[in-house]
Amino acid sequence: MNILSCLVIIPLLTITGILLVKDARQARVVSAIGMGIQLITAFIIVFMYLSERKAGNTDQMLLMSSYEWFRSLNIYYTVGVDGISVAMIALTSIVVSAGVFASWEMEDLKKEFFISLMLLATGVFGFFISLDLFTMFLFYELAVIPMYILIGIWGSGPKEYAAMKLTLMLMGGSALLMIGLFGIYFNSAPDGGELTFNIIEISKITIPIQAQRWFFPLTFVGFGVLGALFPLHTWSPDGHSSAPTAVSMLHAGVLMKLGGYGCFRVAMFLMPEAANEMAWIFIILTTISVVYGAFGAIVQKDLKYINAYSSVSHCGLVLFAILMMNRTAMTGAVIQMVSHGLMTALFFALIGMIYGRTHTRIISEMGGLMKVIPFLGVAYVIAGLASLGLPGLSGFVAEMNIFFGSFEHPDTFHRVATIIAITSIVITAVYILRVIAILLLGPVRDPHYSEFNDARWYEKLSILALLTGIVYIGMIPSGLSGIIRDSIMPIVEKLM
Amino acid sequence: MADFGYTVWILIVPFVTFIVLGLFGMKLKARISGLTGTLGLAIVTVLSYATAFRYFLGAGLADGIYQKIIAFNSTWLTLTDRLHIDMGVLLDPISVMMLVVISTVSFMVHIYSLGYMKGEKGFERYYSFLSLFTFSMMGLVVATNIFQMYIFWELVGISSYLLIGFYYSRPSAVAASKKAFIVTRFADMGFLIGILILSFTTKTFDFVTLTDLNGPAITSTGGAVFLGMSVMTWSMILIFVGGAGKSAMFPLHIWLPDAMEGPTPVSALIHAATMVVAGVYLVARMFPVYYFAAPEALQIIAWVGAFSSLFAAVIATTQTDIKRVLAYSTISQIGYMIFSLGVSGYGGPEGLGFMASNWHLFNHAMFKALLFLGAGSVIHAVHSNYMTEMGGLRKHLPITNITFLIACLTIAGLFPLSGFFSKDEILTAAFHHDKVLFAIEYLVAGLTAFYMFRLYFSIFHGHDRQYDHTPHESPATMTVPLIILAIGSVFSGLLPFNRLVTSDGAPFESHIEWSVAGPSLIIALTGIAIAWVMYRKENTLPDRLASTFKHSYKWAYNKFYIDELYLFITKKIIFRRISQPVAWFDRHIVDGTMNGIAWVTQTVSNRIKGLQSGQLQQYGFVFVTGAVALVLFFIYLIK
Repeated sequence: MNILSCLVIIPLLTITGILLVKDARQARVVSAIGMGIQLITAFIIVFMYLSERKAGNTDQMLLMSSYEWFRSLNIYYTVGVDGISVAMIALTSIVVSAGVFASWEMEDLKKEFFISLMLLATGVFGFFISLDLFTMFLFYELAVIPMYILIGIWGSGPKEYAAMKLTLMLMGGSALLMIGLFGIYFNSAPDGGELTFNIIEISKITIPIQAQRWFFPLTFVGFGVLGALFPLHTWSPDGHSSAPTAVSMLHAGVLMKLGGYGCFRVAMFLMPEAANEMAWIFIILTTISVVYGAFGAIVQKDLKYINAYSSVSHCGLVLFAILMMNRTAMTGAVIQMVSHGLMTALFFALIGMIYGRTHTRIISEMGGLMKVIPFLGVAYVIAGLASLGLPGLSGFVAEMNIFFGSFEHPDTFHRVATIIAITSIVITAVYILRVIAILLLGPVRDPHYSEFNDARWYEKLSILALLTGIVYIGMIPSGLSGIIRDSIMPIVEKLM
Repeated sequence: MADFGYTVWILIVPFVTFIVLGLFGMKLKARISGLTGTLGLAIVTVLSYATAFRYFLGAGLADGIYQKIIAFNSTWLTLTDRLHIDMGVLLDPISVMMLVVISTVSFMVHIYSLGYMKGEKGFERYYSFLSLFTFSMMGLVVATNIFQMYIFWELVGISSYLLIGFYYSRPSAVAASKKAFIVTRFADMGFLIGILILSFTTKTFDFVTLTDLNGPAITSTGGAVFLGMSVMTWSMILIFVGGAGKSAMFPLHIWLPDAMEGPTPVSALIHAATMVVAGVYLVARMFPVYYFAAPEALQIIAWVGAFSSLFAAVIATTQTDIKRVLAYSTISQIGYMIFSLGVSGYGGPEGLGFMASNWHLFNHAMFKALLFLGAGSVIHAVHSNYMTEMGGLRKHLPITNITFLIACLTIAGLFPLSGFFSKDEILTAAFHHDKVLFAIEYLVAGLTAFYMFRLYFSIFHGHDRQYDHTPHESPATMTVPLIILAIGSVFSGLLPFNRLVTSDGAPFESHIEWSVAGPSLIIALTGIAIAWVMYRKENTLPDRLASTFKHSYKWAYNKFYIDELYLFITKKIIFRRISQPVAWFDRHIVDGTMNGIAWVTQTVSNRIKGLQSGQLQQYGFVFVTGAVALVLFFIYLIK
């Protein structure tokens, strides 16, 4: 059996395991073991990928395998990875494991929670390894559905509203996406022959430009909804703030990346001509996203809202970079996906941990936390610094690739867009430092705070897993950037 | 050429101490962590001095010209096909000089802090941040390319943020650190955009290529013209914006006085001697490009420097917080250095301003660090920052008194102390360039002498105040650095800078121009004399003067209301006029539309759900009516 399929099978086996055990306390152990194995598998895949590349294999996709699934429509279960999917798999496995540990002591702990979480993980991993549009879409839907249950049941605040809104908006995106994917399918054999869903096969032909003009925007917007494309991002603040910790982590950390990944793997890779024609519209929208999200974050009072708007800004930068269609910017986009995934997951984990102690998320109701919970405080500061793009942490590497890539276009339009996007680094600094100043620094606000415990072992584990990734990418960026630069080439070449 | 590969340890050692103290500092005894940090710095200092001696005494010379030596270089990240970010060590006269400056001051501050910060909570955190700062600053000065400089530029910014906010339970310190970071970050945005434009015009980040007289930056025609200036000029102006932010030039100076909330040794190290001169260093590093490819930018630099030096000197005469006086004095002196670069030419005696600027940077680092450390010793003794609460301290703090006096005489520029030489060269360079600028700097020289001696007399002369306990001299860990720095301030004027640090690496002859130096000495003495009359003994003269010039005094005392202007921009414009409307728009318009769509769907479905009532009579009625209507339709309308 192909090792990539393990990524889908392990979460499913974990679900079986959870069903067999007695209660939620055992379920979390099973999940932790399952995700631990998953993490190891993910790194074995990274290693296998690297060694095969080193051995001189220059195919676009490695570790491929394919099983026939639905003969008459030519649907296959086809999997394979390039550097980009490998990076996303590593990211997902880190975030999911961290998420399990972050929910170790959550209130209302239930077996069903972990089952839904594992189902979500199955969907995400399946999405990243799929090379067949139909199975990819199937996994995509599999990832979105458990979200409704998780937020609706274990959420906080107006959770039914938030869950409904999030699911409906994403489903709306899926509807567009489905039309787009079928459009690609029915145009996948313009010279006659057999229709196919296989991405690699389709990338070898040119879809008629009239069809592209229809289906590119549908696909791009369909994925864009999940990537928080302005003005279709409003599910994000409500959804994130109502979701339980682990779900916020997974959603902002990984699920939003499905959007960006889909945008370039499907929309742009398969329909490059239309992408070139229409990029300007989306560049305008994403430039707005970047600045607008950052300004929106400045005045928020709730920690999760701040982070949700910050995600709009940072994910806007991902889509912005993808649309720049050159090697540097697109490499930056993928690094930004990984980097944002790690740091926003860290943010949401920390917010959950702080909430568990202070029972509020309104920043003005807290203060001086650095003194009482230094471990969490320092981790929050580091996450904040990564978010504002401090050199030595992951955000900087991503942003510099993006800015230099987008500035590489010699025309005024791209350059002005770049400069507008650059202003976000200052605005980001404003809202990050504002939160740090109010929340962590200053005098201790409440004498009861002295009773707080600093991070527990499972919290530390969760934080350190994410921090390691952030620091590693920031300090030694050439590893990740090298893998991505090579793998992005086939996509960029099609776009040229 | 000699091998300087070991210089990479100048970066590695402080980085390692930072990591060790940052991760394990809490577990160590405070004293051990302090000594670990100091030991690390001692190694760095030895390496820096060794490098300086070897470099200046021959190893750096080839054909009588000091060379740019790449001691170490390795690619860190590939950006585009042509551009890659390297990390390395570049040795040339200015970077080697900066190594000496940074390691000396940093080492002194490390020793001094052992006494000054004794018993503070977070001692190990303090030393770990100091190591981080030293690492970043060293990385900045030895950068082989402009992007490495930018990276370390950001890192010194964050070290400064962390150290200003060291007393983080004090709200004023938190606000000051935030302000410092955001203002400099804003300036850094200019720097980054400047780098973007520059690197895509010249296809390189590399300093050696950029400053090469036959290189792409200098020989290029300057690219397209935009708003009356070439793209090259724009990029160099934007890069200077970054420098102006770090060096606290008007109007980006507002963060520096507030930064005095940090511990005093930090002010001495970061906000007087090293980090704030990064802007000067940046312009000096890119000087050939400025001179040949962007002379308009150089003109702007000269005026910004001159204006800042005057502006800050005026404010300094009215402040009462001794650290703030020193902070404005720092702005003023850095203004001198920036200005001096602005009026300099290139090559040989033409490059007098360049040499003088670096010389003044060197001297200023010594005497301003001394002043701050002296001020720290005073604050340590009387537990106050306000000169109104001090007086007559010369009896209680003899060593501090003498070293502080030496520093004041040096900054006033009295012969034969070091400040005299460098200031004289700056004035000479200005004299040959522009008479208006020259006149401004003469005035500033007088003001400097006045406010420094106002400070000195108020602290050390006059009669004793009510102190909580009798002030006593600081421990040896604090006084020894004072003495060492005082010796440095006295003798650094004897260094032959015209042979060592010049614009093109070649030595040239320069001598004291007494026609310029004479009047400047007289002006300085006048300033001191006025201060003597006004502040030596307590009298009503200062108050009377203040009330005579009520309005101008008030403006200067309130720092010309620049802070209020900033508050207006940040609070009123950014927060109220932009961010809040954006947030409102998002919740009510964008989200409102989404909710509206949901509402419409729901309402419509509510309305039409009555059709599915389940009542047979209703279905029968609809069926029959429909059938009849269809029959009529077909009979009469379609025929």
